[in-house]
Parts: sequence; structure tokens; C-alpha cells
Amino acid sequence: MYTRLVDRLTDLAIAAFLWGLRLAVVAVVVVGSFLTLTSGKYQTETWADLISFGLVLGCIYALIALGYTMVYGILRMINFAHGEIFMCGAFGGYFAATALGRSGFLHAGPLHALISVALIMLVAATVSTSVALLVERIAYRPLRSAPRLVPLISAIGASFFLQYSVKGLFGPGIYAYPDVAVLKEVVPVPLLHVRWMDLLVILAAVAMMAGLYFFVMRTKIGTAIRAVSEDQSTAALMGIDVNRAIVTTFAVGAAMAGAAGALYGLKFSTINFFSGFYPGIKAFTAAVLGGIGNVPGAMLGGLFLGQVESLGPTLFLDGLEVPAPNQLKDAIAFIMLVMVLIFRPSGLLGERITRQRA
Amino acid sequence: MTAVAMASAGQRGAWTGALRIGLIGSAVALYVCLNGIVPIFHARPLIRDTISLGQTALVLTFLGAGYLATRRAPPGAAMALAAAALAGATSGVSLSVLLLVGKLAGIDVRAVFIQASPVLYEVLTVGTGEAGFWIPIAVGAIIGTAAGAMSLLPRRIAYPLLAGLLSVLMVGLFASLLRTPMLGGPLNQLARFLFAAEGLTREGAVIAFAAAGVFGVLRPQAHLRRRAAELPDAQRRRLLIPLIGLSLLFFLVLPHVLGPFFAHVVAFVALYILMGFGLNITLGLAGLLDLGFVAFFAVGAYTVGLFTSLSELGLFTDSQCLALWDGFAVCPQSFWFAVPLAILLAMAFGAFLGLPILGIRGDYLAIATLGFGEIIRILAGSDLLLPWLGGPQGVINIPKPIDAPPGTPLAGATQIYYIGLVCAAVIWFVAIRLRDSRLGRAWIAIREDEDVAEALGVSLVQTKLLAYMLGAAFAGLGGAVFAGLIGSVFYTDINLFVSINVVALIIVGGMGSFPGVVVGAIFLIGLPELFREFAEYRFLFYGMALIAMMIYRPGGLLPSKIAQRELHVPDAVAPTDPGMVPVGETGA
Repeated sequence: MYTRLVDRLTDLAIAAFLWGLRLAVVAVVVVGSFLTLTSGKYQTETWADLISFGLVLGCIYALIALGYTMVYGILRMINFAHGEIFMCGAFGGYFAATALGRSGFLHAGPLHALISVALIMLVAATVSTSVALLVERIAYRPLRSAPRLVPLISAIGASFFLQYSVKGLFGPGIYAYPDVAVLKEVVPVPLLHVRWMDLLVILAAVAMMAGLYFFVMRTKIGTAIRAVSEDQSTAALMGIDVNRAIVTTFAVGAAMAGAAGALYGLKFSTINFFSGFYPGIKAFTAAVLGGIGNVPGAMLGGLFLGQVESLGPTLFLDGLEVPAPNQLKDAIAFIMLVMVLIFRPSGLLGERITRQRA
Repeated sequence: MTAVAMASAGQRGAWTGALRIGLIGSAVALYVCLNGIVPIFHARPLIRDTISLGQTALVLTFLGAGYLATRRAPPGAAMALAAAALAGATSGVSLSVLLLVGKLAGIDVRAVFIQASPVLYEVLTVGTGEAGFWIPIAVGAIIGTAAGAMSLLPRRIAYPLLAGLLSVLMVGLFASLLRTPMLGGPLNQLARFLFAAEGLTREGAVIAFAAAGVFGVLRPQAHLRRRAAELPDAQRRRLLIPLIGLSLLFFLVLPHVLGPFFAHVVAFVALYILMGFGLNITLGLAGLLDLGFVAFFAVGAYTVGLFTSLSELGLFTDSQCLALWDGFAVCPQSFWFAVPLAILLAMAFGAFLGLPILGIRGDYLAIATLGFGEIIRILAGSDLLLPWLGGPQGVINIPKPIDAPPGTPLAGATQIYYIGLVCAAVIWFVAIRLRDSRLGRAWIAIREDEDVAEALGVSLVQTKLLAYMLGAAFAGLGGAVFAGLIGSVFYTDINLFVSINVVALIIVGGMGSFPGVVVGAIFLIGLPELFREFAEYRFLFYGMALIAMMIYRPGGLLPSKIAQRELHVPDAVAPTDPGMVPVGETGA
């Protein structure tokens, strides 16, 4: 009787604590936004800039998040090294871009630039896919039936191995993608203050996501992937090659991440061996936010996270007179990660994976 | 199918097997060349004027390829040797291709791979220039064959041979560590005879090889162990007492013999042993993977830093002491006051962070704690907390815990060495008592199966929270000792790598195993600290170690007794069998 009372009280205290946490975050967001907006410090143009920046960032996060969510969907495993796969793609894209830049093809005109970008993305996707398949073969496949923490630890190992391999092979320095002057020009549409590069990132991301959606929903191997995600052993009994479905999932997710790596390099110009880590964790946040295992959810989560990261520091914190709020933009993303994991681990788009199955 | 046809099919399989091992060896050889291990460590001799560490890396690759090929070769000495030669030669192919592309065809490989330097080409051709592009294949074949030959020798001969080679490798690696203390003393002449400025002399190598060889032939340790096993229990226990005394004495005089640098390294190892014990409770016993261990480390370090610092950020001055009773006062600026407070604060922090997240699934918990660690790191370096934590300038000017003038036995790093060792020893005792307590059994029960544990009356939230808080307390103590050891706290010290270091050392040592923590800390913290030249490759090695451990030895180097019992399955079961992995699934 006594212990039951103690348990009750603990539960109550925890619930109260969690509610307090929620209220505190909501209060910071609401009060901060209110104060910032009423202060009139920022013009509409600034907000438009931030939103378009958030959109570009969000597209890149969404592309990476797809890989997390697909692998989680099929193997119930957090592919911690996915951020590094993205980074390897960015490096592949860098070498392609430098080669194209040196040959002069990259700067020869708008059409040449477009073809170059497509080529760079292709190279990046190829590099990422090869790396991901290698990692899957060596670090994940032998552990497929092990308890959940085991492949996660192996994935953390793979993540460090890839980071420091890239550091050893290509050097610890910062690599700058060549500038493409054509893509830096502003799109000549009034009121829409975006550059060609931003538009390119958004369009490429949308096209790839549409392609992926088609691939998963309409093709035979896409159906096989969905079947294996639903129930591996039943799928195997139906004659589906489970291994092939898993490998394809890794390959497709990595190709998306690699292409995103190239876009990231083209947009933000500089990369180094550590460039994949934070985008990777943020993309994981996006995947959880959208409901892990859920493909449209990952896209939505990515876009949402991009906006929060871009708008958040200014909107929430500036009004509260926090000094240098932009320093805290990663902290905002991580706080969001923790909050989502605590309060809505099934994500915004509902319960695709229930607690029992996940 | 006739017997002859079957045999030839088996042989063909063996050849493709050797070829496959050779191709993997080829990839490994190319990798160690291009990631810089070969060219960078070519500057560091293992034996003076004979072989460098860089070359050793290649030799080991070839040896490995040859050995693996022999193990799978069809019966017969000639076949084994041929398979080993094939695997070794194939391992060299990629290097020859690299030479052809980079040196003969003149393609600038360096534009992509920065380590494809002239030094590398020189190592690979042994200085013969362009004509020597075939050398890696030939050397690979020879060394592969040598490995094959060695594995064919009877154990009686192979064992001392292997021991000798290993001893040369180890003594060569640790040469400067052994040489420095010898130089100052009466052994000066001997040190100059055995060791070069870096690595061994040829004479030294021969002596190291011979000594280990003799040791390998006589095997006195096996004899001693047999003798000890024959003794009755009571007598064996009595033998332990002088052993413990001797090791205590050894640890006491160690920093004075090997110098302050070594004391510093051991102190660092002790610090990580301390934190390893903490995480071993959270991860090893309760099965909660905490990747944000650094958060509590930060709390401990900043608490001690802010309390004891003499800089402007310090909260107290020397004169602020509270007289309790006659001749006894509490000074908040003292290290000894700050440490318990740091532990308590870290525990409170653990409760604060642990309460909301302990309900979530195991892998999500790992990511959430990773998030905590990063949030703390970002906050510590931000302008928001700058007035209190110093931001990028950090908290500096933290005095050593004991005010000992230089020259006294407790000066400098030495006292931290003693403090670290004493703390680690105390914590070891505490951790073992905790493991064997009712609470410890509840942790293990939760790790094994949450639902069953709950059904048996274990309160999940309380038990998990206690594990998390105790882990946090140990991390806080670690941070506190760290602040005293380094004398400053910067937000850059608060990084993910602290957490990863601790996780890695526990996994390498063995989850849930306390001696494993010590072994893991010595390997993963001590060795990289001693070999600063390897620092670049530290995390590369961690990555490989984590993957290899999960695949081949999920119980770690020194598995805990419980894990050992679980792992004790017949050899016929594949090593990836799910039942063999000791980490409990923390998921629902």
C-alpha cells in the first residue's frame, strides 16, 4: 500500500514536471515571438529572406531524412552513419565540381551550369551509394538480428570511421566548391527574392522526392521494400528477396543523401570531414518529427525543421534579448529533437509504427 | 561426381578464396597508404635504418593476408604456401597500380588523395624509382609466403617466433617511453645500446627478439600459474597480499620513476576509468545507452572551476571561510569542498534530464542524450552564459587541489595522479558494491527484459533514474578531477568526444565488466595519450574497434561474468547469433 502510494506520487511528480517543461517551451516561443514581432526591428524582407533560406535548408534536411526514415522503416535501426554518407557525397561532388570548374565547362553558361550540377549530383549520389553499400555489408549485415543497441553502436563506429577516413584520405582542411556565377543571380521575378541556386535546390529536391514516392509506391522493388517493412518474415514467405529489398533501401537513401550533399556544397560552398555530423543529426530529428518510417513525414519534418532553424533564433530569442541568438540555432534544433523524442516519439504524422512494432 | 573432380572443384574454390582475401588485403593496403599511415609513419623508425612503422603497417597487412589464405587452403604444405603467396601478391597489386598511375603515367593522384606524396612512392618502390613498380607485388608474395610458412611450423617453434616478433614490435613502439627514464640513471649505456633516438637499434631488436623467444620456449608464466593453481585456497589468498602490496608500491613510485608526463597520462587514464565505472552502471548494468555523458562532466568541471578559480569568474575569494567549530572551517574555494558539491549538482542534473527521457525507447534515448550533450556544449560556449561561464575564454586559473610547492613529492601532475588513482579505486569499490546490491540486480533485470522486471515488482522509472543519476554523479566527479588536472575549463573541452571516449572504452572492455573498464581505458585513452603521433588516427581506430567488437566480440575484451555465462555457447553457433549478445534490448 505504501509503495503504491510512493509510485503514484512519483508518477504525479513526473507528469507535473513534464507539463512544466512543455509550458516553459511554449511560453518562450510565444512570448519571444510576440516581443520580436511587436518590436518592429525586422522588415518583411528580412522574414522573407529567412523563410526562403529555411526552405532551402529544409529541402536538404528532407532529402537526408528520407534515408533515415527508409532504413528505420525496414530494419528498425538508426543509421547513425547516414550523416557521414551525406558528407562523402558532398566530397564526391566537390571533386567533380572542381574538375568541371577547371575544364571551364561549369562556367560556360546557364545550360552548361545546369548540366554540370546534374553531373555533380550524379557523382555525389554514386559515391554515397557505394560507401553506404560497403558500410551495410561490413558493419550492419552481420548484426541484422542482434538487439537494437548493437547495430546502433556499430553505426556510431561506422560514423567515426568514415569521418576520420575522409580526414585521412583528403585532408583535414576546408574544401570550397567553385562558385557558379550564373546561379548566384537573383531570379527576375518581383517580390520573390530568391537566387537561381535556391530555386535549383528546391526544384531538385521536389523532383527527387516525387521520384522516390513513385519508386516506393509504384515499382515492384518499391512494393517489396514496403512489404519487408511491414513484416519481414511474411514477405520472405511470399517470395520477396528480403536482402535485396534492404540493400536497395540503403542504396536509394544514400543516393538521396549524396545528391543532398552536392546541393549543400553548391549552396553553402564549404565542406570538411565533419560537415555531415550536424546535418545528419538534424535530419534524424526531421525524420522523427515526421514520424519515423514515414516517407512523406520525413519530407514534411525536414521542411519544418529548416524553418525552425532559420526563423527560430530571430523569432523566439531576439525578443527576449538573448545576446547573439544565432549561436543558439543548433541548440534550438537539439531542443526540438529532445522534445519530439519525449513528447511525440511517433511523430507529427501519427502512428505509422506503433509502440509494439517499433 | 568423382572424387578427383570434387577435389579439383575444392581447389578451385580455394584459389578464388585466396584471391578474394588478396583483394581485400589489396584494398586495406591501399587504404593504409592513402590515409597517411604509411607515408607519415615512415618518418618513425621501428628499428633504426632497417624498418619504419609505416613499412610495418604494410608488412602486417601482407602477413594477415597470407595467414588467412593458409587457413582456408586445401590440405598440404605446398598448397598452403601457394595460397599464401597468391594472397600476398594480390594484396600488393593495388599498390603497384597506384605506382603505375601516379608515377609512371604521371597522373596527379595527389589532387584528390593528399597523402599520395613522393614519400609514399619512395616507400612503395623501396627507393628504386619508376622501375620498381612491381616491388609491392613481389614483397607481398614473399611476406605472404612467410606468413604461410610460419603457420605451417609446429607450435613449439611458431610460438616463440611469434612472441619474438611481437616483442620487437611492442618494444619498438614504446622505445622512447622505456628509454627516457633509463637515460638519466645508471642504465645510460644500456639505453644507448638498445635504443636509437626513435625506435630500436638493430642490436636492441635482436635482444628483444631473443629474450621474448627464450621466454616463449620456456613459458615460465604457464609453469607459475600451474603451481599457483595447485596451492590450497587459503595459501593462494595469502599469496595475494604481497602481490597487492607490491602493486601499490609500484603505483606509488611510478610517477617519480617515469616522470611527470607519464604521471599526467596515468591521471588521464584514471579519470576515464572513473567515468567508465559511471557509464558502466548506466550502460553496462541498466542497458541505457547515454551518449550525452559529457553534460554531467561539464557540470562537474564548471562547478569546481567556478568555485576554486582565482580568476574574475571565481565565485569566492580566499578569505571566505566559514568557521564551524574550533580549528575547523569550511572554505568554499577549496577543491575538497567543491568536489562533493559538483557530484551532488551532477546528480541533480541527472535527475532533471533523466526524468523526462527515461520512459522512451533505448535507441531514442541514445539520441536524446546526445542532444543533451550538444545543448550543454552550445550553451557553455554561448554569449548567453558568458557572464557566468566565460564563454570562449573559459574558466582559467584553477589552482591544484593540494598546495604543494615545486620539488615536493606532491607537486604538479603527480598529485592529480594520486588523486585520480585514489578516486578510481574508491569508485571501483562503490561500483562493485552497487552491482551486487539489490539495486544492481534490478538494473540487470531491466537490461535483460523490462517487461519481466516490471512484472516482478521492479519500479522501472525509479530504477532507471537511479542508474542515470549515479552515472551522472561519476561523470560529475570525472569533470571535477578534470578541472583540477588541467587547471582550466573551456567549452571546447565539453564535446561529444568525451562521451564517445567513455562509450568506446566500455564497449571495448566489456559492457557490465569493471576490470574491462580498466583495460578499455588503458587501451583507448592511455595508448593514444602516450603516442601523440597517432592522435590523428585515434577516432579512426575507435570506429573500427566499435564495429569489430559488435561483430566479433560483443562481450568485450574482458566480458563480465554474467555475459560470459550467456556467451558460453558451442562453437557451432555463428558469432552473430542474436542470443549471444549481452546487451539487453531496452525497447518495448
